[in-house]
Amino acid sequence: MSSSVLYDAPGPRARMRNRIYSVIGTLAIIGLITFVIMRLADRGHFASEVWNTFNYANVRIAIRDGIFTTLKVFALAGALSLVLGALLAVARASDHRAIRWLATGFIELFRAIPLLITIYALWVLFLTYKSDLGFVGENNGFWALVIGLAVYNGAVQAEVLRAGFNAVPRGQVEAAYALGLRKSQVMTMLLLPQAVRSMLPTIISQLVVTLKDTSLGYIITYAELLYAARQLANTTLVNGQYIYVPVIMVVGTIYVAMCMALSGLATWVEKRGRRAKTGIAVAAAAEPAEAPGALDPSDPKGPTVEAEQAAAKTDEPPGKSG
Amino acid sequence: MNVLLDHFAEFREGFIGTVWLTVASSVLALILGVVLAGFRVSPVPPLRFFGAAWVTLFRNTPLTLLFLTIWFAVPQVFDFGFDPWTKALIVLSVYTSSFVCEAVRSGINTVPLGQAEAARSLGMTFFQTLGTIVLPQAVRTVLPPLSSIFIALTKNSAIAGAFSVTELFGWQKVLSDQGFAIAWLFLWVALGYLVITFTISGLFRLLERSLEVAR
Repeated sequence: MSSSVLYDAPGPRARMRNRIYSVIGTLAIIGLITFVIMRLADRGHFASEVWNTFNYANVRIAIRDGIFTTLKVFALAGALSLVLGALLAVARASDHRAIRWLATGFIELFRAIPLLITIYALWVLFLTYKSDLGFVGENNGFWALVIGLAVYNGAVQAEVLRAGFNAVPRGQVEAAYALGLRKSQVMTMLLLPQAVRSMLPTIISQLVVTLKDTSLGYIITYAELLYAARQLANTTLVNGQYIYVPVIMVVGTIYVAMCMALSGLATWVEKRGRRAKTGIAVAAAAEPAEAPGALDPSDPKGPTVEAEQAAAKTDEPPGKSG
Repeated sequence: MNVLLDHFAEFREGFIGTVWLTVASSVLALILGVVLAGFRVSPVPPLRFFGAAWVTLFRNTPLTLLFLTIWFAVPQVFDFGFDPWTKALIVLSVYTSSFVCEAVRSGINTVPLGQAEAARSLGMTFFQTLGTIVLPQAVRTVLPPLSSIFIALTKNSAIAGAFSVTELFGWQKVLSDQGFAIAWLFLWVALGYLVITFTISGLFRLLERSLEVAR
């Protein structure tokens, strides 16, 4: 049994003991779940009338519209953040000191500020100076959310890409210059494609963070999925109580499913990248945003180590909010 | 500029609120995370499953949804109520613990196999191996990711402000509702967060340096 460094393959006595712990552990977990379910059932949250509300067309439409709005914000913010991230990463690698400093300052500032505060400030700004900015329409919340997400995640993606640049062997760049390639060619033909390729799992994982953070729209009362859910629970009275518990269960499942689908994609890309014999080290998909320096748990000596170390070198690894 | 000077008391209160919430949830998240990591590497399948389920669930749920859950769903299960500050503390620690767990677990996996084998051949038990051999070594690998996790936690605590807990974001919200210029408020609040996050990364850099060993 080599799966763990911590214990030997259990002998007869250890197996017996583990079996006892297993039974106790299972009972404890089942007990906890049963307790929660019983309590919720006592309060009538599993009554058929309560769950029947999800059969109403307008309830379904509210949830569906919430999902669409969330995905719309995510798609736009995700795309913008990737573009911004690429621009910032290139700007940070620039030879002109002013551009480099500007990009670095932008990245550091927006990475250090909680995303919620950026979004809120943008929202208030749009509301206050709507006419001065030539802003028309009622989309303040939408744009505050999209721009806030794009700016914050763009700063993080820029750092991810920079780690990708660092992972490209120095000799390649030298060889490219020796062949007479221009700086822009080195960037677009050599560094960027390899950086994207090696950091793709990390980039997708950061997109998961973007997706989760769309729920901050709730706080600026923008009608994405969470806000729609809150409105729904707030206005639906069944058997004398608001249907918070069922709505939270349903919406929670939707969020977990969406995020897991995206992180599944990241893991798949990572595995695929490992298999490909391109010589490009592929970063681990596992939570770059929270723990980018951590080595890949499944494969500590795997090909990721190099890219990971490069990622660790960007000393304050991409943080996250939300 | 005047906004800060005229309302320095509120600003200070918000700043202390953020620091206090961050420190308290960091400690709780660290304890929870280490326990969960212990679960995830233990030889007992249900505990491993529990740890994995915990991490998957809380890593893929938006923090705002967790705040909503503890505000509206958890009181349905437990009769005793919590004050908003405690609720925020619980949510932030539970959410962050899943990230701490993963960081600690991957840290444990970077400890060379031979170390643990040597410990076991000396007759150490699971807990002795974990406590005296593996964890102390894992700590060094885990420090950089932990630093970014706690920085993320600081920033996440802003969401608590939106749920009526006294901290920096709440201060900004109240004052901007009173009609103060948002740009200045934004700048001051941002500065407050920058001070905290730079302190955290500085502290961790010190820790890393003091724990550094030749390997």
